[in-house]
Amino acid sequence: MSTVATPAAPPRRRRRGSKLQRRQTRIGWVLLIPALAVVALVAIYPLGKTIYYSFTNQEFLQGIEPTKWVGLENYRTLWHDTIFRTAVWETVKFTLITVSFEFVLGMIIALVVNSSFKGRGAMRAVMLVPWAIPTVVAAQMWKWMYDDVYGVINDAGVRLHIFSHSHAWISEPSTALGSVCAVDIWKTTPFVALLLLAGLQVIPQDLYEAANVDGASKIQQFWRITLPLLRPAILVALIFRTLDALRVFDVFYVFFGNRPDTQTMAIYAQSTIVGDGHVGYGSAVSVAIFLIIGLFVAIYVTVMRVSGGDD
Amino acid sequence: MSAVAEAAKTARRPISRSRVLRRSPVGRFLIKLPFWLLIAAIFVYALFPFYWAIRSAFTPDSEQFSTPIKYWPAHPTWANFREVLSTSTFQHALINSTIVAGSVTLFSLLIGSLAAYALGRFRFHGRSAVLYLMLSMTIFPQIAILGALYTMINNFHLYDKLGALIFSYLIFTLPFTVWVLTSFMRGLPGDLEEAAYVDGATPLQVFYKVLLPLIAPGLVTTGLLAFIAAWNEYLYALSFIQSPDKYTVPLAITTFVGKSGSTFQVPWGQIMAATVIVTLPLIAAVLVLQRRILAGLTAGAVKG
Repeated sequence: MSTVATPAAPPRRRRRGSKLQRRQTRIGWVLLIPALAVVALVAIYPLGKTIYYSFTNQEFLQGIEPTKWVGLENYRTLWHDTIFRTAVWETVKFTLITVSFEFVLGMIIALVVNSSFKGRGAMRAVMLVPWAIPTVVAAQMWKWMYDDVYGVINDAGVRLHIFSHSHAWISEPSTALGSVCAVDIWKTTPFVALLLLAGLQVIPQDLYEAANVDGASKIQQFWRITLPLLRPAILVALIFRTLDALRVFDVFYVFFGNRPDTQTMAIYAQSTIVGDGHVGYGSAVSVAIFLIIGLFVAIYVTVMRVSGGDD
Repeated sequence: MSAVAEAAKTARRPISRSRVLRRSPVGRFLIKLPFWLLIAAIFVYALFPFYWAIRSAFTPDSEQFSTPIKYWPAHPTWANFREVLSTSTFQHALINSTIVAGSVTLFSLLIGSLAAYALGRFRFHGRSAVLYLMLSMTIFPQIAILGALYTMINNFHLYDKLGALIFSYLIFTLPFTVWVLTSFMRGLPGDLEEAAYVDGATPLQVFYKVLLPLIAPGLVTTGLLAFIAAWNEYLYALSFIQSPDKYTVPLAITTFVGKSGSTFQVPWGQIMAATVIVTLPLIAAVLVLQRRILAGLTAGAVKG
């Protein structure tokens, strides 16, 4: 995560001997106790315990069978689990589609908003609206717009002759994934645009002036100045979006419940743990998700290092 | 004289079409037209779904479920809002979500600002390790610990209680709060603190008398972001809550069946009224604090 800036070193007081240093260390740790305790209790301990569960046949309702260590059996089952495989594939497709659309659209919007025009402030405010709407609420809003009889998308599409007859967008298998992607793209493109916009605004203006003097075209300026200098912001936006997309739950659940052909990895884990009460097997699914997400992070970090080192 | 020279110069050069266009006001408008169309498209794209929710909230059922559909309600009505607000599940949900999101925000700010004080104003061994721990927690996938949390909450006798949510939501609000508040703490100049120490203040006094008032804007922003995150959470709420009177807003909105309880037609008008009710305060707060939120959201994301 070297692209995310560590806040600059604190404006520290001059070191007045090791006594003060020791005092600082002590007070520092004391102040950190509550935060570290919460993180340990809410995140680190459950993570360890989930990993442990994934090697057992733990059930939520302790019944006839006592919980016992089963070694790698859960993982072996998982490897041959076709439902999980479908879920992984579905999630990866969703991630690739949404992240690329969000990136391209976000870039266009950021470039437009970055050029100075009247109403730029209003524009930025408008972009925050989809971001502020809760995902579940956004999903409901779109579900209603997709309605096969009274939905506005069917009505507008037919009136404008984009398609000839109404579709049941959500239940037809060929359009199901696309309809979910559209919701996510609508909701998060503005966020990507805002991240990229923040990156655009720190690019010094004189670079463009110099390029203008040298007669570089706008397109050349984009490829040679804007894109390279925007690289850190782009990477952060891509990483955040990818991680978010891989653990997607809300939109899919609102649209499809746990319909097997349109499950994401997170939905499969949740319904195994909470719905079926198979804590052991569900934990193995969770750990697998964790590893898959880790794999994506590793890919990003490697690509980052290879293409020009970290800055 | 110079005007003549100018004219001669342009006459000699072949006149490009874009130059002619740029001369006249109409031409200038035409050049700008695609740009403004793009802006308009972005506006419509971002706002239309929300407009549609508002439109549907004000449309009576008789119009809602008849074709051809109307893009503007012919007989606008408050009926959907009245119906929704009189449903006990939705009333409970508003209260529950306020309790949960409010307490999570409060705890996060309390614990988070202490931690940020340590990380931002003190220099000690292991400080950057803690910072990186917090940073990695902000991208922690919540699903990864669901299995253990589920049994833990059951063992703590928190299942189907709001406490379960207050407890588990800290996993995504606290690390984020610590991270953002730390950068606020670091941005403060050291002089004030020095002066307070010279006057014999204790570190705790320095914290709440000097530093906390100075980072008040940061507290408001991070608090709002934490509140929104908790208000919107769905996965844990779905997993740890069972009885309808404990539902949070997202649960209530996804399971809404309407007061009349007709199972044949989803009461979309009422659902849309509910979405408008729960979203308007968020949008209002976000628009008021727009600049600060932008700064908070992009903090740390831009500087390479």
